Amino acid sequence: MPHKIGTKKQLSENVFTAEVEASLICRACKPGQFIILCINNEYSERIPLTIADSDSEKGTIRLIWQRIGKTTAELADLKEGDEIESIVGPLGNPTHIKNYGTVVCVGGGIGNAPLYPIVKALKEASNTIITILGARNKELLILEDEFTEMSDELIVTTDDGSYGRKALVTEPLKEVCQREGKPDQVFAIGPAIMMKFCCEVTKEFSIPTQVSLNTIMIDGTGMCGGCRIEYDGKPKFVCVDGPEFDGHKVNFDLMIKRLDTYKDKEKSSYEKYKEHKCKIGLDKNK
Amino acid sequence: MKEKKSKEFLEKLLEKQTKGQLKPSDRFDIPCQDMPVQDEVERRDNINEVAQGYTELQARLEAMRCIQCKNAPCIKGCPVEIRIKDFVGAIAEGRYKESLEIIKENSLLPAVCGRVCPQEAQCQKYCTVGKKFKDPTKAVSIGRLERYVADLDRDNNSIPEAGAATGMKVAVIGSGPGGIVAASDTRRAGHEVTIFEAFHKSGGVLVYGIPEFRLPKSIVKKEIEVIEKMGVKIVCNFVVGKTRTIRQLMKKDGFDAVYIGVGAGLPRFMNIEGESLVGVYSANEYLTRTNLMKAYKFGDGADTPILNSKKVAVIGGGNVAMDSARTAVRLGAEKVYLIYRRSEKEMPARIEEVHHAKEEGIEFHLLRNPKRIIGDESYRVKAIECLKYELGEPDESGRRRPVPIEGTEFTIDVDTVIVAIGNGANPLIQQTTEGLKFNKWGNIEVDEHCRTSIEGVYAGGDIVLGSATVILAMGQGRTAAAAINEYLARKKPKGAAS
Repeated sequence: MPHKIGTKKQLSENVFTAEVEASLICRACKPGQFIILCINNEYSERIPLTIADSDSEKGTIRLIWQRIGKTTAELADLKEGDEIESIVGPLGNPTHIKNYGTVVCVGGGIGNAPLYPIVKALKEASNTIITILGARNKELLILEDEFTEMSDELIVTTDDGSYGRKALVTEPLKEVCQREGKPDQVFAIGPAIMMKFCCEVTKEFSIPTQVSLNTIMIDGTGMCGGCRIEYDGKPKFVCVDGPEFDGHKVNFDLMIKRLDTYKDKEKSSYEKYKEHKCKIGLDKNK
Repeated sequence: MKEKKSKEFLEKLLEKQTKGQLKPSDRFDIPCQDMPVQDEVERRDNINEVAQGYTELQARLEAMRCIQCKNAPCIKGCPVEIRIKDFVGAIAEGRYKESLEIIKENSLLPAVCGRVCPQEAQCQKYCTVGKKFKDPTKAVSIGRLERYVADLDRDNNSIPEAGAATGMKVAVIGSGPGGIVAASDTRRAGHEVTIFEAFHKSGGVLVYGIPEFRLPKSIVKKEIEVIEKMGVKIVCNFVVGKTRTIRQLMKKDGFDAVYIGVGAGLPRFMNIEGESLVGVYSANEYLTRTNLMKAYKFGDGADTPILNSKKVAVIGGGNVAMDSARTAVRLGAEKVYLIYRRSEKEMPARIEEVHHAKEEGIEFHLLRNPKRIIGDESYRVKAIECLKYELGEPDESGRRRPVPIEGTEFTIDVDTVIVAIGNGANPLIQQTTEGLKFNKWGNIEVDEHCRTSIEGVYAGGDIVLGSATVILAMGQGRTAAAAINEYLARKKPKGAAS
């Protein structure tokens, strides 16, 4: 059954959000879980995206994605009322939500999207929430209002200083860890490199840190193993063992390399798509 | 010339046959009919089917090799007990339609089974003709004959009729071979049947696993259309245990019985150094990318990429290993090494696949096993280090145990490693189905009727057997369907007066 796209918005230059019809998934999903979509069953690839929000009354889930390759660009080019042929989920294990005490939630770039439902659930579980959001510049910062509402304290950083503090997220994270009454738990979701350095900071202070990994996947049910990471020296599958892991045990260097497995091909595929769009004049619609 | 000769030969035989004078000795004189295949050099560059199927003449001759022995031991070798003797006999007499009807009494997927069943380990293993020649390769080619009559009917799939509506609902989890059979058999009994498939396309291993060059997807599509025309509903993108649990299906969605045929689970790895390097694939991933996602068309009609491997090591000796190695050849690999820790005799792959793999230039490294995979500074595979092995005492599988010989390490330069050493059980159902009993390997425990520990829930195929074949999964689908039909006949329909 195809999935109709409802309200769709552009959040920044390359980040989009849409409400998508998914009547079964919206009833079953919990914070931390994801879906895999396939725009067209005949030619599209399958990509995992986190469920940023869900509305079981409307029968929709909310997706947020960054335009970084052909498939995400094609998704961004779909209009309200268009359809995604396949969406499967909810996949992965939900976040373990409980009252930890004080929780620091670090979001970087598009990572704010998966972080949001987790923060929401943590808030409902009466945690004190310190949120640190990082972006390359002001333009790229997403969901600030939503996080402001949910957080007891919100720190925003940008790489170029165009908004909030000119810093990487690790800087305020370290300061928060140094405070008297250090935080009880950290959640860090964002680019792999950001999660890696966040974990290096929190390890120093022995603060348990959950990360949510977005690796390459095909089926999302454990069958292909393409998503595997090295965890505590052993292989783990992000789709069935994760997507959340104790960040102190993840081999991020290897994961980053695995994410780049098809970098050249992805690039050529994207270029070709842009060229094609240009030819048929699709790019002029914007 | 050759064709003409065999035609005359056949005519003589036919004459004798009509007169009822065809003796076993005449039959033994008929040479085994080889299946025409695509040229071994040419086929390295395409994904088209390798084996081309018998001509009518060949089929007749091959069928006449069957001596129609009384006890027909071949039938006992078939997991779904097709009346082999009778369908072969019908081909020998040119009654092809009837032949197919005989097969279809027991198997809904003859075009598939004729291609992928390990006949030499099943029906053909027991063939009296093979025994007479003391050479199992001289047994009647039952699989090829099955394929012949199935292919004749390719454009004219007859649709089995569904029975009168019972008002009962059956959920079949997984659209692989076991699920297809379970669905069709329960539908024939008049139940309302829904198949739930996790992928975006139905067919299970027939679609994601077995390559096009061995089983054209158009054939699978056709077979699936048959069950859809019977009124079976197929819901794709539905992961039981995640989208809905079995409990929800039964308690909330009104399903009276469930068949679990979810197939292969987590791919096994060797637990050696370097297995997460870039360029190490599970066979499941490699084959899924190529078959289901059509990565061989990347950039030209498919968006799923796959590495352009030049030197590939495939680990394992089963059909999946052969499929992976032969897929790598077609994707442009210059060197493909098949590394297997036992000898060729112990290889579980079909003989035909091993033969085709060798023809296609795949180098077999037998009694060798990887010790570690070596990567370069950017974590990409650059070599594989192996150890030589020898065969020791037989192990629990009855095959002689491979034992490493210390100090015999050697390396082979490769850029890709494909691990094809089987699958563990999928954990999703176990994690989400309370009360369902599993064995220590995570496989579902069932009785001889494929009944699980939960009333109304049945299971079969890989999730029960570990690693099975298409036909074994079909056999279990059939057993379970019979048990489901019996169970539902006893159960009162919803809303019926008590």
